[in-house]
Amino acid sequence: MSEAPLIELEGITKTFGEGAAAFQALKGVNLTIERGDFVAVMGPSGSGKSTTMNILGCLDVPTSGRFRFRGVEVQDLSRDQRSLLRRRYLGFVFQGFNLLARTSALENVELPLLYRGESKRMRREAAERSLDLVGLLRWADHTPAELSGGQQQRVAIARALVTDPDVLLADEPTGNLDTERSVEIMELLTELNARGITVLMVTHEAEMAEFAKTIVHFRDGLVERIDRGSRSAHAMQESV
Amino acid sequence: MLQSLRLRLGMIGATMLLALREIRRHLLRSFLTTLGIIIGVAAVITMVTLGQGLTADVQEQVSGLGSDVFIVFPQQADPNVAPPPFDEADIRAVENQIAGIENTAGSVSTNVTAFHNGQDWSTSLEGADGEFFAAQSIDVIEGREFNAEEESRGESVCIVGPKVVEEIFVADRVIGEQMRVGNVSCQVVGVIDERSNSVGGGDANDVVFMPLKTVQRRFIGNADNVQFFVVKYDPAYETSVIQQQLIDLLRERRVIQDGEDNDFNIVDTAEINDTVNTVTGTMTAVVTMIAAISLLVGGIGIMNIMLVSVTERTREIGIRLAIGALAREVRLQFLMEAVVLCCFGGLIGILLALGLSIVLAGVADLPFIFDPAVNILSFVFSAIMGIIFGYYPAHRASRLDPIDALRHE
Repeated sequence: MSEAPLIELEGITKTFGEGAAAFQALKGVNLTIERGDFVAVMGPSGSGKSTTMNILGCLDVPTSGRFRFRGVEVQDLSRDQRSLLRRRYLGFVFQGFNLLARTSALENVELPLLYRGESKRMRREAAERSLDLVGLLRWADHTPAELSGGQQQRVAIARALVTDPDVLLADEPTGNLDTERSVEIMELLTELNARGITVLMVTHEAEMAEFAKTIVHFRDGLVERIDRGSRSAHAMQESV
Repeated sequence: MLQSLRLRLGMIGATMLLALREIRRHLLRSFLTTLGIIIGVAAVITMVTLGQGLTADVQEQVSGLGSDVFIVFPQQADPNVAPPPFDEADIRAVENQIAGIENTAGSVSTNVTAFHNGQDWSTSLEGADGEFFAAQSIDVIEGREFNAEEESRGESVCIVGPKVVEEIFVADRVIGEQMRVGNVSCQVVGVIDERSNSVGGGDANDVVFMPLKTVQRRFIGNADNVQFFVVKYDPAYETSVIQQQLIDLLRERRVIQDGEDNDFNIVDTAEINDTVNTVTGTMTAVVTMIAAISLLVGGIGIMNIMLVSVTERTREIGIRLAIGALAREVRLQFLMEAVVLCCFGGLIGILLALGLSIVLAGVADLPFIFDPAVNILSFVFSAIMGIIFGYYPAHRASRLDPIDALRHE
């Protein structure tokens, strides 16, 4: 692979609406994320952090500017090409867990593999491996309604991991959880990062951002400040 | 190439399973949704099946009457006036004066009770001579036909139908037996072959024949009159010409003035066939139109429920898109659901039609004819309905913005 950074944002703007009602959510964001980083994106609501995450997740395209992912110019891709990019390289974890209701944990985790056209046996094995990784293998047959919030979020993480993605995008992954569960989730993300997965996380909780290696602060549609220097190793030591 | 085909088939199989699960989840709703299709499909298949049964039934009856045959009977335009009957002289005149006629035979019939071996059986008695047997293609398989002497003297001999044999005779002990028909004792000289239906409808095998003269004298109390007569013609001649000559001759004999209506009717067996085909054709067309409306309504119902389903599952669609489902994969999923739903509707409709057709055919005493083509066609049509009415909701699902869809509550 080239030496190019994993993710490069250059002068990204995003405008919602048109004319007088137009609202510029991003006003020229520049950001580079290296492979293996653990980035926490912080900022008050309306600062543009979610919009940035949507663009990074290839769910949305910028109004202007360039977004290079693995050297690919994402803004030039079609909707389906971006889907293929997500399918191959990205894993998503949402605040609301977003598991399919009335569907077992195992089947939820298998879902992304379905779209890859993997065989049934391969799907099952990979899903079980992934559930095992988040410590929920024995809950495989339970539906989301039968699981606690923390467990649901771990199923969601297992689903994001099952395709062995380069990047895990987590949008307020601990937003619906109590502190104890939140810490568990963060420890899980830290562990995954240690295994080489690049983690991008939006959070408004400074405590949770502490787990990241890099903290990006947003304000008014621009990157305000980037704090480098890992505290995650420190946090892990504390928790042990 | 093979790999991508396998992949695609796997995808279709997976979406089909998904569709089945979704339908099972909303069983009642799915059933109610498909009701329009069920009714439409059931109506079409039932009507076509019954129509074919009716046509076959009539064709069988008509072939039982013999082909290239006219049936002539008195019929007045005014039903309150009794038309004069035909007699032996009319029949002889037709046979002698019109070219191309092979034979003619008059007949009378009446309901009687037959007695034998201490058992009794209600049946119909028909007066018939050899000519009649020939014209109607009736075969005597056991014993013999009436001989000339019996016919001219009006003797008490009879030929029985297989149904009568079955009811009151002992098998193999029929010929030569005495039986009583009404108040008349007669000797059985023959048994006719199984045949399809007779002139008046009903079971053509449930019949006793006696010489025409015997029936006229001893049952009807009239030596000469016939209730109807059959005219068998040479198919090499033009049917319409013979028919016109027949009409002219009979009008002359019955002294009908120009401008007056015929007081008799001539039925061409080929014409009966045509009429029935026209009637069943019209009936099928009408029901097909009703069914088409039902299917249209059913299709709109499918579309409606699929739109509801797409709205309900917006979040699910968002999740699928976010984890990398392509637009066409989401579209396939919802399209598959609509198609599977419609196929179920079609299948239930086919089963319903099967039951309905069997019951109705039984009630109407028609043969039940299973036509695979109509059933397969209906099923395929149901699937096409699913594609047509499922496409828009599926397309809408596939066009959803993943971000908005994920935010949907």
